[in-house]
Amino acid sequence: MLKKILTVFLFVSSFVSIEILAQGGELKIIKVPELERIMQESDTESLKVINFWATWCKPCIKELPYFVNAEEKFPKVDFIYMSIDFSENASKAEKFALKKGINPDGLYLIDDVDYNSWIDKVSPEWSGAIPATLIIKDGNKYFYEKEFHEGELEELILQTLN
Amino acid sequence: MKKLIGLSLVLIAILAFSFKKGGYEVGDIAMDFSLKNIDGEKVSLDSYEDAKGFMIIFTCNSCPYSVAYEDRIIALHEKYAAKGVPVIAINPNDDVKSPEDSFAKMIERAEEKGFPFPFVYDETQEITKAYGATNTPHVYVLNAERKVKYIGAIDNNTKSAENADKKYVEDAVDAVLNEKEVPEKKTKAIGCTIKWAS
Repeated sequence: MLKKILTVFLFVSSFVSIEILAQGGELKIIKVPELERIMQESDTESLKVINFWATWCKPCIKELPYFVNAEEKFPKVDFIYMSIDFSENASKAEKFALKKGINPDGLYLIDDVDYNSWIDKVSPEWSGAIPATLIIKDGNKYFYEKEFHEGELEELILQTLN
Repeated sequence: MKKLIGLSLVLIAILAFSFKKGGYEVGDIAMDFSLKNIDGEKVSLDSYEDAKGFMIIFTCNSCPYSVAYEDRIIALHEKYAAKGVPVIAINPNDDVKSPEDSFAKMIERAEEKGFPFPFVYDETQEITKAYGATNTPHVYVLNAERKVKYIGAIDNNTKSAENADKKYVEDAVDAVLNEKEVPEKKTKAIGCTIKWAS
């Protein structure tokens, strides 16, 4: 009996979570090849800012508004918000990100917990700690393992753009 | 102008990474320490007379990735302490920046989980800096002579121990015990940054 209830519960809960994702559908859950593709796509006109964050990471949450503000100021810059929350927390991450005013176009979740297999692909300089931000310009990567403070990111974008 | 920008970028990059300098690499001899354990006693590597090695694990209460590994850290100690390679867990976080990682909270968490290993507090963060730990959990496997044999993650699946098919720390400790070459000497994992005192 207990098993039956559990099965029904699991069925319903999986259904519900799919429903939430389908309704929102803003956050894209991706694997490593897709992350590599995003990093390789290089626009010579502008630059790309990829921020690695998670809902549980306090310094990440603190710096998120600076990214959101910078995105408004630099419409040509491509902002990617790469959540490393576990995939079962995808809808939580999505809700959180939308509440923070993140542009859903750049909202992703990387679903691969074999971190050692892909951290170096982002940058050999990355220890694995977050927040971490990768700025790509003309195929050149600039990596920052740090929490940005007000104004720092915008200044960096201006410097890198020129 | 371009030159100036280039130079300032370089400077920023140097600033951003300067704090990472000075940590241990595999092959270095790690320093001993004397840090306060949750039972009030000081713990040092020297006091383990018959140790064949150590699993030094920088970990904390406040990081969900550390919490996800707590049971696996207990299992590591239970498997290897009797063979002479104990776990020593070090909390590297400043308790002003991260109140959840205060000494009192360490005692609380250790009691809740029944940690069978020492859980010591690196209050000055000097040991954390010397070892070069950057995030939690971050493991250093040492041999009896305190030579660093492995640096990195516990295994390759933070979510579930059952689904991890690479047990980096176990492999490293087995190699130390059998005086073999450690198969994978350095790995990386996503983790929480160390909360440095400002």
